[in-house]
Amino acid sequence: MAKVKKKVKVINIDLEKCNGCRACEVICSAFHAPEKYSLNNPARSRIRMIRKPLDDIYLPVYAGEYTASECMGRDKYVIDGREYDECDFCRASCPSRDAFKEPDSGLPLKCDMCEDDPAQEEPLCVKWCLSDALTYEEREEEVEEEEEQAQDLTQEEMEKGLKALADKYGLDEVANSMARMLKKE
Amino acid sequence: MRYAETGYNLEIDLSSGNIEKIETDPAITELHLGGLGTNARILWDRVPPETAPLSPENLLIFGTGLLAGTPAPGANRTIVTTYSPQTLLLAYSMMGGFWAPELKHAGYDKVIFSGRSPELVYLWINNDQVEIRDASHLQGKGVVETEELIKRELEDQDIQIASIGLAGENTVYYASIEHARSSASRAGIGAVMGSKNLKAVAVRGTKDINIAQPKKFIGLCNEVLDYIQWRAENPVKNVPPILAGLGSPQEMAIHDEAWHTTAFSWGNARYRRKGFWTEEVEEEWSNIQDSAVQRLISCYNCPMKCGAIIAYPSLELSKYMMKCYSKLTYVMGAMVDDLDFGFRIAGLAQGYGVDSYTAPQVMAFAIELYENGILTDEDLPDFPPDSEGRFFYLLEKIVHREGIGDVLANGVYWAARQIGKGAEAYDSNTIKKHEQIPIKLSMLNPIFFLLHSTGEKINITQIEGQLPQAPFPEKEDREEFVKDWIQAPSENIKDFFVKWEPRGEYAFPYFPDFQTACELVEWQETMHYIDDSTGICAGLSSFPIKPPYHIHNLPTLISAGSGLEVDKEKLWNKIVKRNRSLLRAINSRRGLRRKDDRPPEDHWKKRFPEHEAKLLDEYYKFKGWNEEGIPTRETLKSLDLDFVGEDLEKRGIYNHGQSEKES
Repeated sequence: MAKVKKKVKVINIDLEKCNGCRACEVICSAFHAPEKYSLNNPARSRIRMIRKPLDDIYLPVYAGEYTASECMGRDKYVIDGREYDECDFCRASCPSRDAFKEPDSGLPLKCDMCEDDPAQEEPLCVKWCLSDALTYEEREEEVEEEEEQAQDLTQEEMEKGLKALADKYGLDEVANSMARMLKKE
Repeated sequence: MRYAETGYNLEIDLSSGNIEKIETDPAITELHLGGLGTNARILWDRVPPETAPLSPENLLIFGTGLLAGTPAPGANRTIVTTYSPQTLLLAYSMMGGFWAPELKHAGYDKVIFSGRSPELVYLWINNDQVEIRDASHLQGKGVVETEELIKRELEDQDIQIASIGLAGENTVYYASIEHARSSASRAGIGAVMGSKNLKAVAVRGTKDINIAQPKKFIGLCNEVLDYIQWRAENPVKNVPPILAGLGSPQEMAIHDEAWHTTAFSWGNARYRRKGFWTEEVEEEWSNIQDSAVQRLISCYNCPMKCGAIIAYPSLELSKYMMKCYSKLTYVMGAMVDDLDFGFRIAGLAQGYGVDSYTAPQVMAFAIELYENGILTDEDLPDFPPDSEGRFFYLLEKIVHREGIGDVLANGVYWAARQIGKGAEAYDSNTIKKHEQIPIKLSMLNPIFFLLHSTGEKINITQIEGQLPQAPFPEKEDREEFVKDWIQAPSENIKDFFVKWEPRGEYAFPYFPDFQTACELVEWQETMHYIDDSTGICAGLSSFPIKPPYHIHNLPTLISAGSGLEVDKEKLWNKIVKRNRSLLRAINSRRGLRRKDDRPPEDHWKKRFPEHEAKLLDEYYKFKGWNEEGIPTRETLKSLDLDFVGEDLEKRGIYNHGQSEKES
């Protein structure tokens, strides 16, 4: 199978260097404002600081995928004596918390590495992090070409999803829903 | 749409529990900017001069700077304004941290408290939802614990809280308002908060802050960040390390304390210890500091690291956050050579919420009185024999206002007069009844003489700036210094610096000429007045040498951020002059006169009474004030403050005291 080169963008996060200033939140929300830099608001930021100063927890987290449902279990991590919730590390925009949602619409936010128009040399959170808690790196990785597989994969994914629904609601219920949807179209 | 500011204030009447959101007049912003300027205007308009500071009629104003919460790096300051129970004059103490941006995001520029709550309460501002909540369970709690308890109660870690400790609850005249790693400590504003039965103000906000000219504004912010990076790699030469960089002195990061420990006075502002800083001390103190400091931290949207989380095994307290110079004030006041003591007592004192400049001075003063037989074992039962023990003892007495602590809680000036028996002679380091950092120097510095004597901040560490504190001995170093001195306001100031020598014709006290001295003072003062209105931290602006913000870029930044049309001329000669004159008028109306405009008696060994009198005369003239230091009617009129002049005239303030002229 053919190999292709793919550019991977990496933000390295060094928690020890973070001074907790939240400049990353400020500049992210300003850059992604409808008119660039016309407003700022950490509540709209795609990077959020989890800050518990007296526990020495300073953790920048980036917005990732949207998920419609929250996790069943919540784990706790203890790292060097500091206690983190699993959610502290989670990038998802999810129903269990306010982070990574547009405050007005509730629509999910996701970090785009500042590839927005015009694309920036590096994500602006990195540029504004003078403490170097955030640094940026680009590297190339070789990946297998996926073109051929795309069709099969979609089908496989879909069947997996339908099976989960069938397990939960029964195959009949799923089939009925499908029929109703087809009718509407 | 309002830019940089929200255009709304919260009015909280603690007596009735009434809460109102009031739209502000944009014309007032145009006149006074925000922060200190608009705070002062409210105080002038609404609090009559006869108001007792601890009465319900006094206002306690939490004002955010005009640019606070915008992307401007370091624009995060809250300016708290009220009348001081200690100086009886206007007090404006400020704090960094995260509180001001949060309030802006909640949709308000200021919170104005009036009245007095019947019970201890705290205010909870959650965007549009604002409520006064019971705080009886927080009574007597330290500020760190108070913040934690409120966050837990309201189930949100991102809430920002300003609170008082026991000292504020007991109206200690130097009680502070504490917030995270910051505090508004000076002039007893925590006591005013306590007198209102207000334990804390908790804020959470998720609204936008709008910028008038986005691209221009962010361009300037990026320039500021670039310059900060450049300065980190290019410290100023020929000054002590602690003054070479940006920020407030980097006390948490820097170990070299030669300058503070040998140039400043120990005890009750008495003793210079020129040989104190030895290699052994440096090693020992460095070890203690390294084990105490867990992380260097900053305020909102600022790359500096002026604060630290303090935690180490020998600390018998919970962790706390420390900033700046407080690690040394108790050590030096107590004449204890152990930095460990500094970290321990500062944590305890911060929990109680006392000003770390004033508190150690009061304690050192009390020890002196005891050693000289003015205070006795009757006043100080079971007084420990060692200084360390004595400081802990006195701290408890003061914050509980117990026994002699009830007198000492009023600060050196008032305590000396209440104690009598010659105690007044030990009041050696106050200006306008307020304790100062203990600096005792040799030759009169005419510039600092004016700054210290006439400054309305009444705090000599926060009115200086930008000009190195001493001349560089070598001319070529001075010439080198001015080459990239983009911050200098004029060629005249650069010329002064190049000429300025440690000795001879171009040395203090008769150099520089009056005009240049006045210009130097006004420039440094102006930079502080801008910061105190925009909420930009002095540590990136008016305080350090060669800062990223200066008189040539601030007008554009203010314009681009707020949409106000401001240039250098208008900012300096109209807005700042207006605010400066208004503050002076407020204090004139509270009784401030020429006789009060003086430094501590022995601040300099070599004093020049005639020259000093002339300096004051010239400076008053330069400012458009009369010989009593009161802004004249004409001056006020030219600054759109004729109603202020009219009021002063009506109250007969121009006619009093002219025969009392002192030098």
